[in-house]
Amino acid sequence: MASIYNLFIINKSGGLIFYKDYGSTGRLDTNDSLRLASLWHSMHAISQQLSPTVGCTGIELLEADTFDLHCFQSLTGTKFFVVSEPGAPGMESLLKTIYDLYTDYVLKNPFYEVEMPIRCELFELNLAQALRKDKLGLAGR
Amino acid sequence: MIGSRGTKQYGNVLDKPLGKGKTEVSLNAFSFLFSELVQYNQTRVDNIAELERRLEEAGYGVGLRMLELLCYREKGNKRETRLLGILSFVHSTVWKSLFGKVADSLEKGTEHEDEYMISEKELLVNRYISVPKDMGAFNCSAYVAGIVQGVLDGAGFPARVTAHYVPVEGQARPRTTILIKFLEEVLQREARLG
Repeated sequence: MASIYNLFIINKSGGLIFYKDYGSTGRLDTNDSLRLASLWHSMHAISQQLSPTVGCTGIELLEADTFDLHCFQSLTGTKFFVVSEPGAPGMESLLKTIYDLYTDYVLKNPFYEVEMPIRCELFELNLAQALRKDKLGLAGR
Repeated sequence: MIGSRGTKQYGNVLDKPLGKGKTEVSLNAFSFLFSELVQYNQTRVDNIAELERRLEEAGYGVGLRMLELLCYREKGNKRETRLLGILSFVHSTVWKSLFGKVADSLEKGTEHEDEYMISEKELLVNRYISVPKDMGAFNCSAYVAGIVQGVLDGAGFPARVTAHYVPVEGQARPRTTILIKFLEEVLQREARLG
């Protein structure tokens, strides 16, 4: 069964605003997760400039021997990325689902300050639900 | 020109029947607007009680207008004069026109004669709102409490209306209860009417 290791959300200036790890593999401590988030932000920006294709929007998928990193950038520059098992399917749609939840439960929450770390009970609740559903869906395939 | 598009011509604007009104608006648009309302008020208060009061005030005006509009639209220009009548008017008619459904439950308080409660598993205004822990028991439904108070006050049933979170066993999310505490004069009048 495919599974994801960690989920990151970074704001448009590269600051980590949400981090969560799943399962026992690939856990990161707070410093490492912050470092990886800002590193990815820079790599993403550089890849945009170096890419030979015109109108490149940055790296969407990084494939390594032990993990895949899927990235989705919203129009406002917020980046969502998950680290998953190599070859895990359905990650693009999962990122879209997470983006959906973010727009609903984070941006419409009057107590959330834009670009600041996300601490919204409803977001986490619905995120957990979506991931559970995703896992069941994948198991059924 | 008024009435020029319809089949019938109305000489006087007052003769024209009041439209049913558009029954639905976008939930997204409402959520953003409500979120801004809360944020705007939050920058202008020093404490949470004050914020609650300001939200209630914002709702109060809506309540008064809702009462007038709904009495005209649904009740043939008559309003309820009895306690239970006005409560069920709030619970069903007002709720339906505001949230598209009747409220989950309407109960009488067990400890006090003058208390009534309208409960909702998930109130529409709270759909996307997570209240941070440091704000304690604050509930954005204060706005809805204000609406209810506006309706009741306008109909001649002055009451103190507040919104509370009530935890439910086996549920991650608490439900919201709108607590209505009528003034003594209302109950005395009700007793006189028998």
